[in-house]
Amino acid sequence: MTSTVARPSVAPAVDLRTTLAGVRFPNPVFTASGCAAAGRELAQFFDVAALGGVVTKSIMVRPRSGRPTPRMAETPSGMLNSIGLQGPGIDAFLEHDLPWLADRGARAVVSIAGGSVEEYVRLATKLRGAPGLAMVEVNISCPNVEDRGQVFAGDSGAAAAVISAVRRQSPAHIPVFAKLSPDVTDIVAIARACVDAGADGLSMVNTLLGMVIDTTTLRPALAGVTGGLSGPAIRPVALRCVWQVAQVLPEVPILGMGGVRTGLDALQFLLAGASAVSVGTAVFGDPRAPVRVLAELEQALAERGIDRVADVIGLATDRLPRPDIARTEEEQ
Amino acid sequence: MPVQVAGRVLTMRRVGAYHAMTLLADGIAEEFRPGQFVAVAVGGPDSSMLLHRAFSIHAVTERGQYGGTVTFVFAVIGRGTAWLARRRPNDAVDVVGPLGRSFRLPRDRATATLVGGGYGSAPLFPLIDALRARGCRVDAVLGAATADRLFGPLEAKRRTTSVVFTTEDATMGERGRVSDVLPAVLEHTGSDVVYACGPMGMLRAVSAIAAARGIPCQVAVEESMACGIGVCMTCVLPVVGDDGTTRMVRSCVEGPVFGGDRVRFGDVGTVPADALGAPVAPLADAAPPGATP
Repeated sequence: MTSTVARPSVAPAVDLRTTLAGVRFPNPVFTASGCAAAGRELAQFFDVAALGGVVTKSIMVRPRSGRPTPRMAETPSGMLNSIGLQGPGIDAFLEHDLPWLADRGARAVVSIAGGSVEEYVRLATKLRGAPGLAMVEVNISCPNVEDRGQVFAGDSGAAAAVISAVRRQSPAHIPVFAKLSPDVTDIVAIARACVDAGADGLSMVNTLLGMVIDTTTLRPALAGVTGGLSGPAIRPVALRCVWQVAQVLPEVPILGMGGVRTGLDALQFLLAGASAVSVGTAVFGDPRAPVRVLAELEQALAERGIDRVADVIGLATDRLPRPDIARTEEEQ
Repeated sequence: MPVQVAGRVLTMRRVGAYHAMTLLADGIAEEFRPGQFVAVAVGGPDSSMLLHRAFSIHAVTERGQYGGTVTFVFAVIGRGTAWLARRRPNDAVDVVGPLGRSFRLPRDRATATLVGGGYGSAPLFPLIDALRARGCRVDAVLGAATADRLFGPLEAKRRTTSVVFTTEDATMGERGRVSDVLPAVLEHTGSDVVYACGPMGMLRAVSAIAAARGIPCQVAVEESMACGIGVCMTCVLPVVGDDGTTRMVRSCVEGPVFGGDRVRFGDVGTVPADALGAPVAPLADAAPPGATP
C-alpha cells in the first residue's frame, strides 16, 4: 500500500501543446503583459522557457516614466493599477530584453502600445526580424492622441486602423493579436472589426476601469485617479467576453486572461474558447503562479480523462449552429 | 538569488506596538545581507488579498534546531497585517526572500551612526552586527512618536557604543525627533558614515543633515509594493543615477537601500519633469488611464 501512496493519484500524461494562429507552443500557459516585466525577474523563480510563452510588458517607442505614485490599490480579490506604461522604449527593449528571452529559449510575445497609428507602425517595423519574437500583442487600450485621447479599443474604426497597420508591417509568420478592452458596449463588434482588419487572433481581456477612494485622505487612492482592475475579481467578466467572441468567431484563436489563479481557472478559459491563457496579477503574490497553474491544469485534465489540451478548447461553446439560427430554421 | 518558500511560523512575539514573526524558511538566511527584505503572502491560497506585503528582515539563522529562519517586524495597519498578527506557531506563511539591495559596508574600520524611525530600526540590527564584525564603532539614534513605538531599545543599547532615543511625547529619551539630536551625535562620534531606515520624511531630514556635513549616507526606503520582485512597477520613486539622470526606479530591486543624496525626497510622489521619459503626455492624463497596465 505504501508504494501506491507515494505516487500521485493520477499520473498526468497530457498533450499540452497548443497552437495560436499557426504558431505552436509547448503548453497553453503564458505570462500576462504588465505582470512579468520582460521575464528576467521571474526567471529567479522558474525557467521562463517552461511556459508556453512570455508576454512582455507593453513597450512604446520612447522611454516612459509612467505616472506618479500611488500607482496601486488592493481591492477585494483584485487590484487597481495606474502605472502609465512605464518602460525603457523599444530600442532598449530590443537591445537588452528580447535577446535575453531568446537566449533562454523563451517564446516572446511582445506587447506594443502607442499613442497614434504611426507609433504602432514604428514599433512593428522595429520588431521585424527580431530574434525570439513569436508573436505580437497589440495593446489598443491606449489613448489616441489624435482623437482627444479616446482609447483605440473603444472604437471599431480606430482599433481596426491600428491592427491593419501593424499587420501590414509584420512578417507573415508572426501572428498579430489584438488585446481587447472589456469596457465596451459590444465586444463582439470590436473583435470582428479587428479580425476584419487582419488580426490573426485576440487577447482577451485587458483590465476594467475602476476607482478606489481613500476614506482617510478623502481623495482618490491612485495618483492617476482611475486605474485598471485586474485579478480574480474580473474573471467572470473576462470569461464571458471570451465565450461571447468564441461563439461568434470560432475560427479565431484567443489568448484568454483575466484573474487566472489556478489550473481550474485556466481550464474555464480553455472551455470558453481560449487556446491559451495568460497568468497575470496572481504573479504579484506568488511568483511561481504560471508554472503552478500549468501543473494544476495538467493534473485537472488528467483527472478528467482528457489526453490533449486541444480537445477542451471551446468545449463549453455551442459547436452546433447558434440557437437563434437553429430556431429560425425550425420555424421555417 | 531569492527563493520562494512555504514557511511555517516558529514564534510570534509582541514587541511594544509591533509584532515580530519568525518563520522557518530554508534558503533565505544563506544569501541574506543587512537591508534586504522579504515579501509575504497573506490570507492563505484562497485569500482575497492578492498582493505581497514587504517587510525588512530583522534577523536570520542559517540552521537552528529546525532549519533556517527569518524574522521580520510589522505593525497592524490593515487586513493583511491583521491576518499575519493572528498566525500561531506551525501556521503556513508563503514567503519570498531575501529581496532588494543591501546596505554597503565600509571597506575599512569606520565609525557609523545608525538612525531608525519606529520599526524602521528592525533592519538596522543585522547591520550593527555586520559593522561590528568589521571592527566598526556603531552609535545609534532611535526615534518614534511614543515609547512603545521604539523598536528594540534595550537590544540597541546592548549592541552599540552609544544610543540616543527620541520620542515626540517624551515618554522615552529626548523630546522631539531624531533629526533634532542627530547633528550633535555626529559631532560627538565623528561618524564617517550614516545609515537610516524609517519614514520618508525622516530619511529626507537625515540625508540633509549628513550631506551638510559631507558624510556619506545610505537610506532604506519603505515604499508600498505589490510584488516585491520587480514586476509590478508600483514602488517607484525618483532617484538620480551615476550618470546624473533622474529615473523612476523600483525600490524593490534598485533599492530599498539608496544613497541619501540620490533620492529626490522633495519629488517623491511625483514624476519630476526632468526624469527619463517624463512627462506623460497631457492628453493621456486627460483620458481614462485604465486598461493600460
